[in-house]
Amino acid sequence: MIEIRNLHAEIDGKKIINGLSLKVNDGEVAAIMGPNGSGKSTLSYVISGREGYDVTGGEILLNGENILEMNAAERAAKGVFLAFQYPLEIPGVTTMTFLKACLNAQRKSRGEAELSTPDFMKRVKAGAEKLGVPQDMLRRALNVGFSGGEKKRMEVLQMSLLEPTFAILDETDSGLDIDALRIVSEGVNALRDPKRSFLVITHYQRLLDYIVPDTVHVMSKGQIVKTGAKELALELEANGYRDYVGEAA
Amino acid sequence: MAAVQETVDRVKSVDVDAYKYGFISDIESEKAPKGLNEDIVRFISAKKNEPEWLTQWRLEAYRLWLTMPEPDWARVDYPKINYQDLYYYSAPKSTPGPKNLDEVDPELLRVYEKLGIPLREQEILAGVQERRVAVDAVFDSVSVATTFKAELAKAGVIFCPISEAVHTHPELVKKYLGSVVPTSDNYYATLNSAVFSDGSFVYIPPGVRCPMELSTYFRINEQNTGQFERTLIIADKGSYVSYLEGCTAPKRDENQLHAAVVELITHDDAEIKYSTVQNWYPGDADGKGGIYNFVTKRGDCRGARSKISWTQVETGSAITWKYPSCILRGDESRGEFYSIAISNGRQQVDSGTKMIHLGKNTTSRIISKGISAGHSNNTYRGQVLAQKRATNARNFTNCDSLLIGETCGAHTIPYIEAKNASAVFEHEATTSKISEDQLFYCMQRGLSAEEATALIVNGFVRDVLQQLPMEFAVEAQKLISISLEGSVG
Repeated sequence: MIEIRNLHAEIDGKKIINGLSLKVNDGEVAAIMGPNGSGKSTLSYVISGREGYDVTGGEILLNGENILEMNAAERAAKGVFLAFQYPLEIPGVTTMTFLKACLNAQRKSRGEAELSTPDFMKRVKAGAEKLGVPQDMLRRALNVGFSGGEKKRMEVLQMSLLEPTFAILDETDSGLDIDALRIVSEGVNALRDPKRSFLVITHYQRLLDYIVPDTVHVMSKGQIVKTGAKELALELEANGYRDYVGEAA
Repeated sequence: MAAVQETVDRVKSVDVDAYKYGFISDIESEKAPKGLNEDIVRFISAKKNEPEWLTQWRLEAYRLWLTMPEPDWARVDYPKINYQDLYYYSAPKSTPGPKNLDEVDPELLRVYEKLGIPLREQEILAGVQERRVAVDAVFDSVSVATTFKAELAKAGVIFCPISEAVHTHPELVKKYLGSVVPTSDNYYATLNSAVFSDGSFVYIPPGVRCPMELSTYFRINEQNTGQFERTLIIADKGSYVSYLEGCTAPKRDENQLHAAVVELITHDDAEIKYSTVQNWYPGDADGKGGIYNFVTKRGDCRGARSKISWTQVETGSAITWKYPSCILRGDESRGEFYSIAISNGRQQVDSGTKMIHLGKNTTSRIISKGISAGHSNNTYRGQVLAQKRATNARNFTNCDSLLIGETCGAHTIPYIEAKNASAVFEHEATTSKISEDQLFYCMQRGLSAEEATALIVNGFVRDVLQQLPMEFAVEAQKLISISLEGSVG
């Protein structure tokens, strides 16, 4: 469960998050929608601990623990996962090598034993099959030359391996055709769990047809200005954001 | 660039002087008086009981050296060397020549143990040490032990110090010494020709695939001593040898000059694979001390279909000035150069390679990965040349630079010249920084900043690491993360 209380954050002196409060319960899928510039991506960076953002007030409690004092790697070990909108390429580092390094780094951080290579490979192969990720992609350098859809599928594969407590999907649908969208969504839905919560950041209702949210929040000017059920997304689709923009205090 | 700044700060706080081979060994040595003149040259030659032809060879080189101007065109900056303020000969007292290990000064043996270099054949054969590699241990400029000589002799392979080869195989030495790097070649090679003390001599007879890897470990110990090793490797028709060169030196406040010469010759269908993991002392955080590594390395692919490949991981030395090169004389001969050059602190590197295409249908491949960090400067200088008769010459060059932090520099100076219209030369070059985004992506997946950087750097150098013989590759990976431990974090 994640609880954000009155968060204030800025970058280079510019205020982006202005008193944002949000709670996502265990097992809940919450969507965040909002116009460009509302601070959605910034929110995802601040939660995951990206450097360069100054948190000037508020708390972020992950299962009761304030994670603001932790660096990105520590938060990851605590169960935070961010599916990037534009996943990065790491030339010369195979997907397999990357995944093993990350998984074992997190396990070590939590005091768990590292996975042996055979066990690890079994898990990866199973996860890859479920997502339709071809085996040879695992031997290629991470994300190098992958299409948009392949990169997004790779993000979901990583999520399935790292088993986060709280996953943020940052515009996961951008750059995806209908088939890829369906596959990625199926992958995410397969990871739903009573002990896991999701924050889905998106512009478009379409993704939410596949990943049906329990809650929809509207974000504007660094704050949550409206919260509703999944129907809220349909309303936004029909009417746009004009009823909610300008409501920030 | 906050994450990178953090690692840069970490560099400053970590002891850059954590070079772990910096220990000084208290070994009694015998030295010639300081300075260089004809008497010293004769002294060195006499110490080794050299035949008159070799003494004359040295003297001619010395006289030539006196007439040569010191070169200064490299992109490196250093205080002028006072050539009269150096010892040109120093040898550990106990060893008039390589012997049975039992007779070697135990202090000396301890040095190599500390460096992790296997000298005890028994232990190796009994499985205590795993690598079966024949080792010629050179301490200061003198070979102190060579292992596995008997077994190699059975295969007809000659592997011994050059000082010994001068006596046991003079005809070979006379034939090949100076035939790839002539005494007049360049200032430092000329100096080396006058005062070289020792190094490895290798001869592989026709058709023989050398039964194990050969290696030489150079350890500089004495102060104010120039190191002038000379290595000569000949692969006769259809033979193969893989040779490893390792180098370390103690931490001292004064700079030390290392001006070695390596000559490789391959005959028809022969191959020499020459790998170096160079970890000379790089100088302290302010650039004080450290080795000046001014080396001339050249391979002559004399035979048709012969091949020479240079693979190197360079992480040490204050100043590096070297261009391991290949002369592709034989038709269909091939030259390869794989290099990882890391500079940190205040190191300066002006290094690269030369591929000279002379014969027909010759090919060359250059993969150079430079990593700069700290306040260092790393220059790749490469020459690819096809002479007039070099029909169908082919070259592929990929030189990539990676910059870590804001205060280092990477420079690329390629010379590409085709005097024959059928030449096809491809050149790719990239310069990049480790991006904040990449680091954050890795950290968000649970890797610390150090682990992320090591991963990214390893990916960057992967193509070259794959070329190294296996044990060297493991050592090189460790060395890379140690030398970046500070620049990258």
